[in-house]
Amino acid sequence: MTRGMSGFLTRLIALIRKETRQMLRDRSNLMVGLLLPAALILLFGYGLSFDVRDAPVAVVLEDRSETARDTVAGLSGSPYLAPVAVPDMGRAVALLRAHTVDAIVRVPVDFTARKAGGEGRIQVLLNGYDATSAMTIGTYIDGAIQLSVLHDQDRMGPGMDSGSTLGLVQRVWFNAASISTWYLVPGLLVLVITLIGAFLTSLLIAREWERGTLESLFVTPVRPLELVMAKLAPYMVIGAIDVALCLASARFLFHVPIRGSLGVIIVSSLLYLSVSLMLGLLISGVTRNQFAASQMAMLASFMPATMLSGFVYDIRNMPTAIRAISLMLPATHFMDLIKGLFLAGTVWPLVFKSCGILLLYLVGLGFLTTRTLRKRLD
Amino acid sequence: MTDTGFTVVAQGLRKVFVAPDGKPFDAIDDLSFRIRAGTLTALTGPDGAGKTTLMRMMAGLLRPDAGTLQVLGEDVSLRPQAVQNRISYMPQRFGLYEDLSVQENLDLYADLHGVPMEQRRERFSRMLEMTDMARFTARPAGKLSGGMKQKLGLACTLVRSPDLLLLDEPSVGVDPLSRRDLWTILEQLIEGENLSVIVSTAYMDEAARCTDVFVVNRGRLLAEGSPEDLSHRAKGLTYEAAPPPGMPARVLQARLIDAPDRIVDAVPRGGRVWFIRQPDCDEAALRELLPDTPFEPRTEELEDAFMALLREHDGDSGKTAEHAPAATVPQSKGDGHPVIVVRDLVRRFGDFTAVASTSFSVAQGEIFGLLGPNGAGKTTTFRMLCGLLPATSGHLEVAGLNLRKARAEARGRIGYVSQKFALYGNLTVRENLEFFAGAYGLPRKRAHARIEAVLKQFDLEPGAVSGILPVGYKQRLAMAAGLLHEPDILFLDEPTSGIDPMARRAFWRTITALAQDGVTIIVTTHFMEEAEYCDRIAIQDDGRMLALGTPQQVREQAGGDRAMDMNTAFIANVEQSRAALARKGEAA
Amino acid sequence: MEWLTVWLAQILSLCRKEFLAVIKDPANRTILFVPVLMQSVLFGYGATFDLTNVPYVVVDESRSATSTALLARIDGTGVFRRAATLETPAQIAAMIDAGKATVAITIPSDFDQRLTRGQASPVEVVLDGRNSSTAGAAAGQIGTIVADFNRSRGVHPAVTVERRAWYNPNLLTRWSLLPTLIASLSFMQTLLIAALSVAREREQGTFDQLMVTPLRPMQIMVGKLLPAMTIGLIQSTLVLLVIRFWFQIPMQGSLVLLYCCLIGFTTAAVGLGLSISALSLNMQQAMLYTFIVIMPMMLLSGMVTPVRNMPRVLQLATMVNPLRFGIDMARRIYLEGAGLSDIAFDFVPLAAITAVSLPLAAWLFRNRLS
Repeated sequence: MTRGMSGFLTRLIALIRKETRQMLRDRSNLMVGLLLPAALILLFGYGLSFDVRDAPVAVVLEDRSETARDTVAGLSGSPYLAPVAVPDMGRAVALLRAHTVDAIVRVPVDFTARKAGGEGRIQVLLNGYDATSAMTIGTYIDGAIQLSVLHDQDRMGPGMDSGSTLGLVQRVWFNAASISTWYLVPGLLVLVITLIGAFLTSLLIAREWERGTLESLFVTPVRPLELVMAKLAPYMVIGAIDVALCLASARFLFHVPIRGSLGVIIVSSLLYLSVSLMLGLLISGVTRNQFAASQMAMLASFMPATMLSGFVYDIRNMPTAIRAISLMLPATHFMDLIKGLFLAGTVWPLVFKSCGILLLYLVGLGFLTTRTLRKRLD
Repeated sequence: MTDTGFTVVAQGLRKVFVAPDGKPFDAIDDLSFRIRAGTLTALTGPDGAGKTTLMRMMAGLLRPDAGTLQVLGEDVSLRPQAVQNRISYMPQRFGLYEDLSVQENLDLYADLHGVPMEQRRERFSRMLEMTDMARFTARPAGKLSGGMKQKLGLACTLVRSPDLLLLDEPSVGVDPLSRRDLWTILEQLIEGENLSVIVSTAYMDEAARCTDVFVVNRGRLLAEGSPEDLSHRAKGLTYEAAPPPGMPARVLQARLIDAPDRIVDAVPRGGRVWFIRQPDCDEAALRELLPDTPFEPRTEELEDAFMALLREHDGDSGKTAEHAPAATVPQSKGDGHPVIVVRDLVRRFGDFTAVASTSFSVAQGEIFGLLGPNGAGKTTTFRMLCGLLPATSGHLEVAGLNLRKARAEARGRIGYVSQKFALYGNLTVRENLEFFAGAYGLPRKRAHARIEAVLKQFDLEPGAVSGILPVGYKQRLAMAAGLLHEPDILFLDEPTSGIDPMARRAFWRTITALAQDGVTIIVTTHFMEEAEYCDRIAIQDDGRMLALGTPQQVREQAGGDRAMDMNTAFIANVEQSRAALARKGEAA
Repeated sequence: MEWLTVWLAQILSLCRKEFLAVIKDPANRTILFVPVLMQSVLFGYGATFDLTNVPYVVVDESRSATSTALLARIDGTGVFRRAATLETPAQIAAMIDAGKATVAITIPSDFDQRLTRGQASPVEVVLDGRNSSTAGAAAGQIGTIVADFNRSRGVHPAVTVERRAWYNPNLLTRWSLLPTLIASLSFMQTLLIAALSVAREREQGTFDQLMVTPLRPMQIMVGKLLPAMTIGLIQSTLVLLVIRFWFQIPMQGSLVLLYCCLIGFTTAAVGLGLSISALSLNMQQAMLYTFIVIMPMMLLSGMVTPVRNMPRVLQLATMVNPLRFGIDMARRIYLEGAGLSDIAFDFVPLAAITAVSLPLAAWLFRNRLS
């Protein structure tokens, strides 16, 4: 038994040494393993944002009265909007079509008159080209105008009754300013791990099949599990560096709070990293050719991880069938966990559930990958 | 070893593969045999005979569909790992990690086999010494020449002394010098460690060195026995004929090989022609075939028996492809003016000189052989001639032009068949040919006519997917594609590497016919006896030209006579030059 | 004249070969056409900011008729699903932490009294900011409900803002997103096909064979360009069909113009791929370089987040990103019915990318030595 164990260890160490050397000697590997994540981190942190700033808005004052001016004055006060005065509707529409402005605020000729009767109307035209931004801009315009109206009423003095209205007091937990970076950056950790897993390991076995190196390796005392473990090991190190990179930049570069336990974040990240690397290995072992493996890796990693994991789009908004598919992705479970760990703190039931699911994936994928290496050519 | 004294015992073995067209075929068909322990056993047969399949089954990599296979007393289909722990196996293409160094490759395999440290030191130094690689331990395996890679593969396979060693065509694509080294290593090991070895090979001179020889064809066992026993089967059938003065040996050889009803096989040797008659063809019938040529019996060799066996087993299917009728007298070969002129050609890669100051010229209609060990600069010379690689310096002229600088149309005059199969594997034979017809800009009508012509000439199935053709057929297809546009000059880079003797005969028959039609042919090969087909040969080593002349002149330069085989002549030439170089180095 | 026919015939035979080489393998056929269909359907349903199911919890300390009526309105939207009715605000944290609720609504005990007294009466809304988009959308929707509720109680604001959205009246994310997939889904795979095409010839040894034929590098480039483009256009067509007939999003613009744009876009993408390919020595390098190029291009394309939100430097960098213009053109033609004059500018960078990458690839093809 001890003999078997020491044989296992000698072989495993030899294989790990081999994989490490191969990894280090190919510069393109390190580029994908270290440079690409670094580039992604910067792009995510600085490049991607749902936060509207200085959205150009065309303001058409068909009613040129002071009341009308006062009402739209609030637009210039908003940090989110950049109003531009446009003489007529025709001009404004042309600007909207050319994407020079994102919205048109039109104050109709009869505005002052109607406002006096308490029925003032302002039209807002949005470009639905980008629904998300349009929605946000619409809300900002609305808010800015209502604010002006309130100020207006204040100036009129308390004589005007604001009425027994229901007001809303909003509080956003975890991300008080609703900064999208805060939820994009924890998601970035998921995306980076998914991508390097798919790209780095998806060619490893396929390449050995294509170059014929497996045939010689098979006829040695080596066991399939040893091959799988050895292929994982060096990339785990690269992945761990990437995890550290992501966490450090989240904390120090983007100042995203880490409210949960750092230890749990690290352990669960490494767990997901091994799932992701294993998935790449499985693709590699199943396809056995580099062309198909690279296409598969591309298809299986980036788009699902961006679109279906809850990274950008909330999976609760998805139809049941799609949500079921989304829940089959390991990325979804890790995404849920890591966002919670970053922004909410350590919620133990969630940690156990997500890590349990990831562990199941690891074992399942590991089993399948080992089978693709079961020392047979037919 | 096993009680029975046999390393491998096969009983009713069968392996069925499904061809990509969906039809199943028997790769191994009811095979039963026993291989004795402590012997060097050869497994030989034509391409597609099932040699590799059999090797893989013995290594536990393929599961038999029927029958039993015992290796070292274990049922290999039930306990493959138990067998794999005790054997060593070198596949056809040994999986060296090209980005790892020689030492790292050796270490890896030693670790995997659990070779203890103290044993390892002694073993490594012996292996490195035998393979003459001690100088290169730090070099990445990918930077070694083909022969060195093969030797390193063998060294990795032999990091420990196995109970059984399986070698699958270890010498394919390896030059004669490395091949000789490889066999020296093997023989030393067998002697020193009482190894049991099974080697598959297409070289009959290698099979002749073995204790037992198994001949397989189409998954069946044709014959087994010692080389002497097998050779005996051709006894009384082998002859040697001298062509009339002025006639190249290959013309006579062509005439003989074109008469398959009387002649089993014919090859040029030392300016003469060796041939085998059909058993039912008496000497009178031979005389009828060779009215003006004297011939005499010669001693039979293993290759003679092999050819006779296969022709007998294959029956009609062994027919040679159709050719232009072999002319008895060589046609006019043009005015003999040179179509290829190379003067002081040099190519350097960094500070490494791949081709050093090489000069030669080739006349129209000539068959010109370029020989040399792996890494001698043959392929580099070739690539420069075809315009694929710029020369560092020197003068280069093909059909009056430098192809690298000439207009694209000039490339339409040459045909090129590369070292490894370089056609589109997932296209059918016809689709490949149609593509090349299009690429060479053949008008539709002519393209159609030429495709039909080459399909017939090379006996190709137009609908077959080219990537899964047997090696010999791939080579025919490559030739067909290279000849589609009827080039004036044909470049062939190791066209017969890894091809069995029968396919090589057919191949060379085509070449000689082309030369007769005035096509100039430049060819490289590792089969030295094939140099006998050439009008002139050049031997390169280390980028330098060592010998240039007719095969006879080259033999003489090596200090041999007509009886000296080309293999020996080649090795002698290279070694003499290397020795001279070493002396010069010491003097300086 | 005759050389032209020969020239074209040579290219044609190259195209045929390239096309056959990719399409003959059943695995390739599957991998090139099935995932595109699957993804467009999946993302059409999955990638949405449009709220359909927001779990919320409520702490109703008022328990008045008004508060019950308000909650009934919220429940009545079908979007908000009450996950629990809590007793005290202290319980909210656990529900939100565990992800069981995205929104918590607290109605204070003096809610009704304040209203009767004619005072403004606040309702407290707590939002889970882990997904700021969902939080924002949910807040917006609750705001609308409350405004409607006020109106129904006879309280009018002095000014109403009427919102209308052009091209996408209900501001559905699906409408904005799907047309971008016409360009982005085919982008990844065609770029990869192009990138692998020359590298594969190098790795399989067919490269030399090709170079000794009378074909010129430019012909070889065109011969590799057209099949990859065809595959890209077929993929785009598949996505287009899914959008038009499965999701039934009305197409406003001209189909002819859309295809002209797609051709321009795909040419630039393939040109880029061929440059990568001519630069790489083997398929692995080609693939990894492609990944390195594709990932930033996807992120900086405006597909997920608008280009306008990016810092200036990055906005400039997107000028060399064909996907940015492909997406912009596809979306504007499809949704806005943009005409040629509206999107003419987008052709400029695409043409520039093609004009640089193709000759570069042809030059590298001949001069990059293995």
